[in-house]
Amino acid sequence: MDFMNSVQLADASNNFVYASMVILFLATISFSVSFAAGRRRVSPVEVSSRRVLVEPSGSQVHEPDVALTQLDPGRRAANIGMSLTWLATGMLLIGVVLRGVWAGRVPWGNMYEFSISSALGILVVFLVWSTQRDLRWLGLFVTIPTLLTLGMAVTVLYTESAQLVPALKSYWLVIHVFAAIIGGGAFTVGAATAGLSLISGKGWFKQLPPREKLEGLTHKVIAFSFPIWTFAVVAGAIWAENAWGRYWGWDPKETWAFITWVIFAAYLHARSTAGWKHQKASVIAIVGWVAFLVNYFGVNIFINSLHSYAGM
Amino acid sequence: MSQRGFLRWLWRQLTSMKTALILLFLLAIVSIPGSYFPQRGTNPILVDQWIADYPTLGPILDSIGLFDVFGSPWYSAVYILLFISLIGCVVPRLGVHWSAMRSQPPPAPKNLSRLGGNSFEVEGESEAVIADARAILKKQHWRTVVGQDPDGSRWVSAEKGYLRETGNLVFHFSLILILVGVAVGGLFGWRGNVIVREGEGFSNTLTQYDAWGGGRLSSAENLPEFSFTLESFNVEFERGNSQEGAPRLFEATMVVDRPGEEGSTTHLVEVNEPLVIDSAKVFLVGHGYAPHLIVRDSKGQVVLDDAVVFLPQDGNFTSTGVIKVPDSDPQLGFRGLFLPTSAITEELGPHSIFPAPDDVSVFLGAWSGNLGLDSGISQSVYTLNVDDMTQLGLESLRVGQSWQLPEGAGSIELTGFERWASFQIASDPGKELALVASILAIAGLSLSLFIQRRRVWVKVGPVIEQGSSSRDKVGRVKVEVAGIAKASGHDAIEQVDNIVETLKGQGA
Repeated sequence: MDFMNSVQLADASNNFVYASMVILFLATISFSVSFAAGRRRVSPVEVSSRRVLVEPSGSQVHEPDVALTQLDPGRRAANIGMSLTWLATGMLLIGVVLRGVWAGRVPWGNMYEFSISSALGILVVFLVWSTQRDLRWLGLFVTIPTLLTLGMAVTVLYTESAQLVPALKSYWLVIHVFAAIIGGGAFTVGAATAGLSLISGKGWFKQLPPREKLEGLTHKVIAFSFPIWTFAVVAGAIWAENAWGRYWGWDPKETWAFITWVIFAAYLHARSTAGWKHQKASVIAIVGWVAFLVNYFGVNIFINSLHSYAGM
Repeated sequence: MSQRGFLRWLWRQLTSMKTALILLFLLAIVSIPGSYFPQRGTNPILVDQWIADYPTLGPILDSIGLFDVFGSPWYSAVYILLFISLIGCVVPRLGVHWSAMRSQPPPAPKNLSRLGGNSFEVEGESEAVIADARAILKKQHWRTVVGQDPDGSRWVSAEKGYLRETGNLVFHFSLILILVGVAVGGLFGWRGNVIVREGEGFSNTLTQYDAWGGGRLSSAENLPEFSFTLESFNVEFERGNSQEGAPRLFEATMVVDRPGEEGSTTHLVEVNEPLVIDSAKVFLVGHGYAPHLIVRDSKGQVVLDDAVVFLPQDGNFTSTGVIKVPDSDPQLGFRGLFLPTSAITEELGPHSIFPAPDDVSVFLGAWSGNLGLDSGISQSVYTLNVDDMTQLGLESLRVGQSWQLPEGAGSIELTGFERWASFQIASDPGKELALVASILAIAGLSLSLFIQRRRVWVKVGPVIEQGSSSRDKVGRVKVEVAGIAKASGHDAIEQVDNIVETLKGQGA
């Protein structure tokens, strides 16, 4: 790069990450304002624009949109929050890409880079999903864990860019880590909806969608991420066979990836077992996410594992 | 309860979903100690150290298998029960699904409006509208059946999404196949480790391995025939400020000979780039230094002139090793430290501060006496038994320096060093099966999670008589369309809307 030397690139990447954190913080405030305002609402807003009633005469009558007839105090703040989240995600994407350009490789060589990429993964899963349905109520509970992840990344985990250790030099890095980041991002969103389903209908949380709706959303996002996680584990096994001479060796990272997989498998079974479909299933989804976190932070930092080269 | 009744009850309990759930939790929980305690299979040295550090707790944990969790009877019990439960659960579903695949959708319910049906009117005869509806549904790959209610209404009943259950069954059977693949690998596979110095050769027979382990049905006599020489070994380390000392490049240049092949071939083996020879793969897994030493006895005779493999102890390659000289009289033994970049601090003693050989030295402790090699008990080349020896002294040497041992016992000279690389050579005949089964599992899983089983119905009432002015026109019929999804949290609104739109479009 002749127009930008590497120090400038590094600074640019860091500045974009910082800027994205500031914007995300503002988004969190907007969502909080919306959430606080929502407490004053009497009943939860049900948006069901899909169902169109058809009168026998043939004229279509849309169900009155509750939001239009009733002044909703938190809606504007939530909209601002969504816009800021899109902006923050764009900034973070630029930050991650610049980091990759600076390092001259995929930006997944150490825990700092994994963390900013995982934060991006959470936001992307949330935003893509938000184009399918109204998820403004979920914004607060997605931006907070994302901000925590980014905060941890820039304070505790920050590492200057460096080349990869030989074991990481493989195209499997791209495949395996990409799947893990998307799967993990979706597990995080799922843990947020699962957690909310446990408190929905109580006090401040009366404004959230009803419990069963939240449980259905949790199921959908986990049904999406479980095959991706399975793929990440299998891709990791193929890579391990190529690098270490065995596809499965019960290295702590592998063990916890397996534990995470088994817990989410239990979640999916619980969803079709009488007596386990509701609160119990949501608790399992949260436990599965905790296992994912143990694998990410615990194994990298505290346990001697073959994956511990992911520099800090 | 009779014995048969009890067995049936037991079987039903074992194959119930609740049992499967509990076994899944158990499997997750019993896996945890395997990540916390060092495991024999991956790190036997750490296990021994752990037991030595906790002399009371260590043996107890060892006896209940906490250092070999994944081979312990209780771990096996959990996953074997889980697989029995799985087989008991999915095998009966095979038959059910087989007949479901070949049966027709059930008749339409009497009252579609209760299912949130869409109703509208179109022009046409009821028979023609039903035929249209069926054609539309068939085009969208629904399985259809037509019928008539007692009140004269005609209906099409359609169902879709059979692949959901197919995928679910494929997923569960693939898990069994993965287990078979793992078992085949465990029974017929083998794996060995060998350290090879630069310039040295290796031929693939059992005696040449430093360590070798094989499954119960693997054959150590019939290893694939090949040999190689480690021509050179290249290493580079990070010298920048960030992650200083981290490895950046390992590559081994190897000259390989195979029977039935003319001449040798040269290969570059790197981490992530193993060498494949027939059913075996050669992986580069580690490297280190071997100081070259010349030992002379009391008469000045050369009794050892060789590079001795030292094992790295930390990331900066502070390495330890042992030099045994059985041919001198009395026998000589040395314990040594090899430091590629030497430093000494009060806290750490002599240690290396960088993995590359920038400032090489060895620290040696010398003993004379009896090495104990004739006792019949085999000794590790990395430990020195000093029971029958007396210490002569300590000294440090740089390349080219030599040390005259006290009491005229001889001398030792450091002439240089070589590099060595360690290889894992492995064969796992079950891995292809495990891979294919994993791919099938992911495909089945995706089908079972993304495909929805749905039913839709189109019901057409009898012709509605219009006013007299429209006698000559075609009659109008009332059409109702409704649908459901089998899984909770899903619906068939989109599918119903689509059918309604298409039917209306055709009627216009």
